[in-house]
Amino acid sequence: MSLLEIKNLHARIGDTEILHGIDLTIGRSEVHAIMGPNGSGKSTLSYVLSGRDGYEVTEGDILLDGESVLEMEADERARAGMFLAFQYPVELPGVGGMAFLRAAVNARLRESGKDEVDQLEFVKMVRAEAKELGIKDDMLKRPVNVGFSGGEKKRYEILQMALLKPSLAILDETDSGLDVDALKIVSEGVNMLRSAERGMLVITHYQRLLNHIVPDQVHILAGGRIVKSGDKTLAIEVEENGYAGLGDAA
Amino acid sequence: MVATVETIEAVEQATGAYKYGFVTDIETEKAPKGLSEDVIRFISAKKMEPEWMLDWRLKAYRYWLKMTPPDWAKLNIPPIDYDDIYYYAAPKSAEAPKSLDEVDPELLRTYEKLGIPLNEQKMLAGVAVDAVFDSVSVATTFREELAKAGVIFCPISEAIREYPDLVRRYMGSVVPVSDNYFSALNSAVFTDGSFVYIPKGVRCPMELSTYFRINEKNTGQFERTLIIAEDSSYVSYLEGCTAPQRDENQLHAAVVELVAQTDAEIKYSTVQNWYPGDETGKGGIYNFVTKRGACRGDRSKISWTQVETGSAITWKYPSCVLKGKDSVGEFYSVAVTNGAQQADTGTKMIHLGEGSRSTIISKGISAGRSNNTYRGLVEMNKAAENSRNFTQCDSLLVGDTCGAHTVPYMVSRNPSAKIEHEATTSRISEDQLFYCLQRGLDEEEAVSLIVNGFCKEVMKELPMEFAVEAQKLIGISLEGSVG
Repeated sequence: MSLLEIKNLHARIGDTEILHGIDLTIGRSEVHAIMGPNGSGKSTLSYVLSGRDGYEVTEGDILLDGESVLEMEADERARAGMFLAFQYPVELPGVGGMAFLRAAVNARLRESGKDEVDQLEFVKMVRAEAKELGIKDDMLKRPVNVGFSGGEKKRYEILQMALLKPSLAILDETDSGLDVDALKIVSEGVNMLRSAERGMLVITHYQRLLNHIVPDQVHILAGGRIVKSGDKTLAIEVEENGYAGLGDAA
Repeated sequence: MVATVETIEAVEQATGAYKYGFVTDIETEKAPKGLSEDVIRFISAKKMEPEWMLDWRLKAYRYWLKMTPPDWAKLNIPPIDYDDIYYYAAPKSAEAPKSLDEVDPELLRTYEKLGIPLNEQKMLAGVAVDAVFDSVSVATTFREELAKAGVIFCPISEAIREYPDLVRRYMGSVVPVSDNYFSALNSAVFTDGSFVYIPKGVRCPMELSTYFRINEKNTGQFERTLIIAEDSSYVSYLEGCTAPQRDENQLHAAVVELVAQTDAEIKYSTVQNWYPGDETGKGGIYNFVTKRGACRGDRSKISWTQVETGSAITWKYPSCVLKGKDSVGEFYSVAVTNGAQQADTGTKMIHLGEGSRSTIISKGISAGRSNNTYRGLVEMNKAAENSRNFTQCDSLLVGDTCGAHTVPYMVSRNPSAKIEHEATTSRISEDQLFYCLQRGLDEEEAVSLIVNGFCKEVMKELPMEFAVEAQKLIGISLEGSVG
């Protein structure tokens, strides 16, 4: 059974259909990249998958571990193992980072019938992971994403991913707003989290991210459809020739 | 020995029951409904008060008769029939719940979430119980320790008898009898409350909490509190509890007076969670409170911290009169309204002394169809040379059917005084909510986290054990408000 199966997915926001029938299958341990020009439906896909309010599936299905998630709320999907690294991580003023991270981790533990992690143990756990990602203690003490630089926000997303250990990680334009050095650090973090148990969907506009996070498969999204799929060389092709000529709507 | 006493004793010895019979008699005796000079005389007599206290009450009553209820607040208060209220020993009405089965299930669910023991639930819900939780012995221990430090902490009715000089000197000196309609009413008919006296140079060895006050039962709807901190003393006082309390008395009009002498500091924290009524506000408490502190001495400090989540209607402005040179007043407030609740709350900082400073941090959270108003006055008087105020007033809206209002009043009569006011109004954004949900938090947990983050500056002013409960409470108060 595949980790994620997207079958003929149609979705709309309000009255406007954005996704016009997407088929995509991701197995465990696989990293798939979705590339596409602006307005092709990339971010919509990430929100539809993660169950954001306002995004309505009109046809097709999304299966996680063989189970449809369409009837599940965003938080239920998250607890079922889906993680979205945001393009623009949201600031939560006054909400302490440690408290937030612990609440998220405990929500997962509760779901799987395990004991919640106590504060001391948790702090140790976070510090260890943070160190790997070059996140300083000071950042952990601040409110969630408040006053973080672009690079810090993205690293913080990866830290959350490391703590929540999702089975499916969706990375929505994780490279946006990052300089070369930050891109390298974030990519290394993601690569460390590649595992036989985890599938990843890397959404990006540019090929450069895929030099660092090398995908097993690349799909080109244009006009709400996947117009071409291939291996990592497809990404290089796009880099050289642009999206023009790839599919009717591109 | 007087003949009558002899007789009583004889009967007592003979029957062995007279004493109890007599006590029972007193307890069942109650003043009739409504307010009159006779009722006030009755209350005063029952409390075995000295003549001056009765005169004071009567004077207040006569003022009250000539006064009209305040109508300037942004509140919709149904007319109150003051002749339809018991002012002393109100009997348990037939409508009082006889068991928890008859109590609003919503209320019980909240108790459960707060983890309140069954016996305590009954007491809070107004169900008649014989054995209240065992606080008396704890209270006695506390009192002994306090006495060692020279601190007086007792019911105000006791203080009127035991420490008449102190009470006479200070009661009504901060909130005059004629201050406002509700304070006049309270002065006429108050039944009990707390009295605290911290002698010179004493740092009160523990947080004083109403929870541990003896005679807590039947404090009634007209509570009166007086706290006096002598030179260089310190006290932290906690009022209220996080569990929603039901009460048969719909109208609550308390008066709290604080006096801080030179270099003294009083920290007064409140968690108010009176029953807000059902979805329409029916059965909810009206909480019309006058709280004021006087920083009389130089460098004295009074700090009010309040978390207001209950009551159908709240009318409350804990204030500071900053008379001492370099005295400090602080007001930290979180007011949460949901359902049909209405709150008009804020503070007054009256700067009289040179170099006096005040800080106001107000966080209003409105949800449901509620209305939440911050109303605050900052007044710099002529002598308030180089005085400063900083006000920050933030409103958070949850949903689109509630109202948040900010009404700051500023008066400056001294050109060297500085007043700063910052205000924001925001909404829990869909982005924030989705971010939390995507991390696996359910909606209630997410809202609670975001709102507690919004209130953080105020919550950190609460004593530790109070803060943890208050955080939980804020989450619970907003349940069902998003979606």
